Amino acid sequence: MTALQVSEIGIDFGGVKAVDSVSFTIEEGQIFSIIGPNGAGKTTLFNLISGVYLPKVGRVALFDEDVTGLAPNRLVARGLSRTFQNLQIFFRMTVAENVMVGRHLREARGVVPHLLSLPSVVRQNRESRREALRLLERIGLVGRADDLAANLPYGALKRLEIARALATEPKVLLLDEPAAGCNPRETEEIEHQIKEIADSGVTVVLVEHDMKLVMRISDRIHVLDYGRTLAEGEAEAIRTNPEVIKAYLGTHGAEEAARARG
Amino acid sequence: MARIFSHPLAVPALIAAIVLACGFGLGSNFYLRVATLVWISALAAIGLNLLMGFAGQVSLGHAGFFGIGAYATAVAPNVFGISPLLALVLGLVAAAVIALLVGRPILKLKGHYLAVATLGFGILVAMVLSNESGLTGGPDGMTVARPVLFGVKIKGVDNWYWISGAVLVLGAWLALNLVNSPTGRALRALHDSEVAARVAGIDVARYKVIAFIVSAVYTALAGGMLALFNGFITPDVAGFMHSIEFVVMVVLGGMGSIFGSVVGAAILIALPQALSAFQEYEHLALGFILMVFMIFLRKGIVPSLVALIARGAK
Amino acid sequence: MAEFLQFAFSGLTVGAVYALVALGFTLIYNASDVVNFAQGEFVMIGGMATVAIASAGVPLPVAAVAAIVVAIAVGLLLHRLAIEPARGADAVTLIIITIGASIFLRSAASFVFDKQFHTLPPFTGDTPIIFGGAAILPQSLWVLGGGMVIVVCLWVFLSKTLLGKAILATAANRLAAKLVGINTSYVVGLSFAVSAAIGALAGILVTPITLTRYDVGTLLALKGFAAAMVGGMGSPIGAIVGGLLIGLLEAFGAGYISSDYKDAIAFLAILAVLFFMPTGLFGRASVERV
Repeated sequence: MTALQVSEIGIDFGGVKAVDSVSFTIEEGQIFSIIGPNGAGKTTLFNLISGVYLPKVGRVALFDEDVTGLAPNRLVARGLSRTFQNLQIFFRMTVAENVMVGRHLREARGVVPHLLSLPSVVRQNRESRREALRLLERIGLVGRADDLAANLPYGALKRLEIARALATEPKVLLLDEPAAGCNPRETEEIEHQIKEIADSGVTVVLVEHDMKLVMRISDRIHVLDYGRTLAEGEAEAIRTNPEVIKAYLGTHGAEEAARARG
Repeated sequence: MARIFSHPLAVPALIAAIVLACGFGLGSNFYLRVATLVWISALAAIGLNLLMGFAGQVSLGHAGFFGIGAYATAVAPNVFGISPLLALVLGLVAAAVIALLVGRPILKLKGHYLAVATLGFGILVAMVLSNESGLTGGPDGMTVARPVLFGVKIKGVDNWYWISGAVLVLGAWLALNLVNSPTGRALRALHDSEVAARVAGIDVARYKVIAFIVSAVYTALAGGMLALFNGFITPDVAGFMHSIEFVVMVVLGGMGSIFGSVVGAAILIALPQALSAFQEYEHLALGFILMVFMIFLRKGIVPSLVALIARGAK
Repeated sequence: MAEFLQFAFSGLTVGAVYALVALGFTLIYNASDVVNFAQGEFVMIGGMATVAIASAGVPLPVAAVAAIVVAIAVGLLLHRLAIEPARGADAVTLIIITIGASIFLRSAASFVFDKQFHTLPPFTGDTPIIFGGAAILPQSLWVLGGGMVIVVCLWVFLSKTLLGKAILATAANRLAAKLVGINTSYVVGLSFAVSAAIGALAGILVTPITLTRYDVGTLLALKGFAAAMVGGMGSPIGAIVGGLLIGLLEAFGAGYISSDYKDAIAFLAILAVLFFMPTGLFGRASVERV
């Protein structure tokens, strides 16, 4: 089953084509990574897929249904969730509450019952909290459940965002640089978490700079450069692709690398 | 110590205790009158706090809803021949409907655009109330019929002190319930990060309007109560300065603190009365307080005190 | 036809004041992203201070200059004491601070001066000039002419002098301006000073027609803001066009429709612009990067 399909998608900002004619297909349960040098358009691509930006051209299909241009909250209802490169945490809420927000679509939404704190709402709050604690346990943050999110260290916040995204019970999860700014130990934990998420049946789309991480866990890798597709394939093929090396290291660097391997 | 206050009933209980204490402790009718005005304004401030402190929006024209509640209560009995209490309910419905119609387009705006749009709304309401003198008595105001319950006319401080106090406690309880509910979490989430809220499944536009409507109803109720309490109402209750006073109450007391809104209302209303020598300088002080708090103490009194106590406890 | 001209001229006259207020807004907004709600108070200070100083026996022209100096001082104090300390705060916090300042200044004015209406003698007498059947006050011409001179001087200042260019640079990109050695705090302060001067001048020019009082600032600020929005927040040409437009709309609205709701026109204009054309007539749409 095709989980996510992107066809000829593109957007420009004031004349600059941030993403240009990008297409790929992701099968259910895969770990699909999008890599490329800085400014290649990876986060823009994520924003296009997750409804944050409206694409100028192209289409996005989720489980064979056209979802192009749907608002992010509508996509969540269809099983697509994401994290952010620049940490969009609810700093004024507690750790548990952050994850509970992810339960929003599973909660009853009548405002009057909420005002009156009817027994059904009390039960709902308890259930959402229970689910949140379960997820926090899974990513190792349950001990800080009632701390203010603002007090957590950077690495923990990255994991909190993942927990929040998981709370929406996604079928497709977009992770935008989950290991950015993490030390080797934290990166290892993230890698473990991603594998665990994929094993549970969630399709993972990853944007990442940590090449070792990408090479180790990806089923397929898609390379972007200047908003365009440069290459796509399995880890080994991408690693030795001269175009990819040139994009990352520049022509001179590519020659050096070739000589080093030579 | 802080733990007690996190219980959902703690703040309403505290407010109830204060209302009881003042109700039996304050001797003269004058002080009871001032306290009644505090309870009424605090209700409006709580409403505005839900919008500004929790949902993170801004309204510099909220007195417009106060005026809508007040004047519906005053005018509807004359026009439709209904009882003042029913007129009050009508005023709440009117406020909710207007908040829905105006809120949808207005809340698409952000920052100073939203601020000025709400400012414009408030002033327009005040203008209409002032100009349509055939209906509203114009700038000089109009009398308001007193409600009659079981043959008894409800008037005077003796009745209204307890009514407004009870409504305030109820209002605080409802507000806290809301804050700790899925709706409350949605509002607090979109305050901190709209895009993350969207990505968690929240229809941000819808919840902003919900916050606007709830806060409008709170404020309209306060307006209606003031009209019934005083038996008289003038258009400046919907005016720019009154809107700013509400903002000061919220900012002073603490954005995001329900109890803070009561404190803010108390300071803003009771202090000028207590220091009658300084009544002349009321606006001067208002402007000054607004500046000082927004520059240096943006958290407000109650959250700052709570943080101080928490730090001291460590 | 005479009626039309009458309304047009009074609309342009008051519109010129709105335009100058809007220009002051724009200058400060461009340099610092602050929407200075106290802008109207500068106009009030221009008129009220001139009246007060002149009533102490000082010749009118000197009193006017002194009033402008007072306004500039107030502008600099406002920047130094209220805006600078809150640097980096979000837009709403800043606008609330300036609202607080506006209320403070207005109240202070009621103590320093008084709560009466005051006027100044028209510069060249008050015999109306008949033009096409309409009676036009000479002072109107002073307002329009003065306004044009101010705009030209501002343009020359901004594009030809080093200080002016520093303001433009800061407006374009604060960080870059800092990096080339511009003291941006000083520049923002300067923009407050220039805005105050423009506002005060507008106040002096228009007081002979509209009178002045301690509380004229609030409504002027709101209408000036409406003008800046209609023209496009941040565009000086927009500010001028917006101001004249609002003035004309008010005059024609009051003349042909209803004078009760004259003041409502500016607010309806704000709401209309915000809903249908948020970038205004000359504004630029900004792209926000997530």
